[in-house]
Amino acid sequence: MKLEVRNVSLEYQMRRSQQRILALQDISFGIDSGELVAILGPSGCGKTSLLYVIGGLLPATRGEIRIDEQPVNRPGHNRATVFQSAALMPWRTVLRNVTYGLEIQKYPIEQAKKNARGLIQLVGLTGFEESYPRELSGGMQQRVNLARALATSPEVLLMDEPLSNLDAQMRELMQLEIQRIWLETRKTILYVTHSIDEAVFLADRVIVMTARPGNIKTIVPIDLPRPRLLSHKKSPDFHRLHAMLWDLAEEEFIKLGEPGSEMIK
Amino acid sequence: MNHPSAQNKKSGALRRFIQKYESSFLATSAALAFLLLWELLPDLGLINPFFTSSPSRILTASQWLFAHGFWKDILVSLEEFSAGIGLAILLSLPIGLMLGWYRRLNAMFEPFITMLNATPRVALIPIIILWLGIGIESKIAAVFLGAFFPLVVNVMAGVKTVDETLLKCARSFGANDQQVFSTLVLPTSVPFIVAGMRLALGRGLVGVVVGEMLASTAGIGHMMTLASSTFQMDKMFVGLILLAGFGYLLTEFLKRLERKYESWRS
Repeated sequence: MKLEVRNVSLEYQMRRSQQRILALQDISFGIDSGELVAILGPSGCGKTSLLYVIGGLLPATRGEIRIDEQPVNRPGHNRATVFQSAALMPWRTVLRNVTYGLEIQKYPIEQAKKNARGLIQLVGLTGFEESYPRELSGGMQQRVNLARALATSPEVLLMDEPLSNLDAQMRELMQLEIQRIWLETRKTILYVTHSIDEAVFLADRVIVMTARPGNIKTIVPIDLPRPRLLSHKKSPDFHRLHAMLWDLAEEEFIKLGEPGSEMIK
Repeated sequence: MNHPSAQNKKSGALRRFIQKYESSFLATSAALAFLLLWELLPDLGLINPFFTSSPSRILTASQWLFAHGFWKDILVSLEEFSAGIGLAILLSLPIGLMLGWYRRLNAMFEPFITMLNATPRVALIPIIILWLGIGIESKIAAVFLGAFFPLVVNVMAGVKTVDETLLKCARSFGANDQQVFSTLVLPTSVPFIVAGMRLALGRGLVGVVVGEMLASTAGIGHMMTLASSTFQMDKMFVGLILLAGFGYLLTEFLKRLERKYESWRS
């Protein structure tokens, strides 16, 4: 088992009301090496918090994270995060954004640039090395975000809704790109999303989370053949899985008690 | 009606030429007109040159001054200014970063800094002169006090604008505090530092001049005080114009600096 989450709970205190909130409740699951697992849940279910706990950016209140059997509780070279907003440094060029993690980890700059060029090619941005982030489209910025995370050669890649800020067509295209890059690199990926379509298209398994406090509702294996094509989204198998996940997610959505959610049934 | 297109092209080129040079043309002619009036009005007997001087009188006075060791005054003032500003930049960056970043340090020293920043620094100069004497040390301290506080306050403000996600990103790669400062906080603060520099340079100039006017043995301000107490208006204007020119050069220098470090914005 590459990544193991054992009985993780996360509590935090609201600043103003001093109220304690249970964001994650006793979560346990494991991911094998080279597996792409999606975490699907309604907004506010704590899925991003879970990703930060695994990344070592938030301390778990209880439980532990293990990578290759070793407990981890702080950021480390074996994990890297792809953030929801591209989080690029606007004063750095594409190349220097991709080398950023390597610079922090004290690689010699020439070596870092060489690594970065390879990854810029992998994510399809050759020719944009000297561009600044604001000169790039949202999709291209997310490619830089991905290349930066891959540059430090992490064993586990943590992706936090990386496509949620893109328009619909770009999202489809980037789903294909992420699958291609994953098939080429065979990283272990934990992919947080609220999009059922994205989860079914990309994942080997989908972890469905409950509404707050976040817990695992069920884990659904996606046994569709690889490489998956966008046209496969029209297949009966895809539809069956999509509908099944929709029903599971819907129960949680109704629990959130948004006005009008009772109309769904 | 013969060659309307050629006509258009020609007037287009002319218009571009005018557009390009219009503002510098207007600025130059306004300045020239002002100098001309300043020169002519005393000659026509309309105003008294004893109070207003005039460009030609100022030129003569400056020739006399430079022939009689004015260079030394300029060098002394420059030395006081650059030492004070240099010290202020050197200290305000790390201190501003620390106070902006660490909540407890901020709680301890922020009121102190806010209070001193609100105090007119000129009021401290007489005390400084008693402490450090009438040599260049007291003027360096006066420049430093003028420049340090606006810089520190601006750096502190800049630190607080650091992007939360960029910070998460830096931490996720295992960045320590020092790396977060140099790769994230400092670049984020550049516009604030430049704004602080603008204030600092102006306040620093005030420090030099006021310090020299109160108690000194050399410097531009020293020369101006001497000239004032002996009713030599022409010499005072030489000092004034020198200071104005120096201030202008510093502003231009800052603009260059800003363009260099902020080129990614445009």
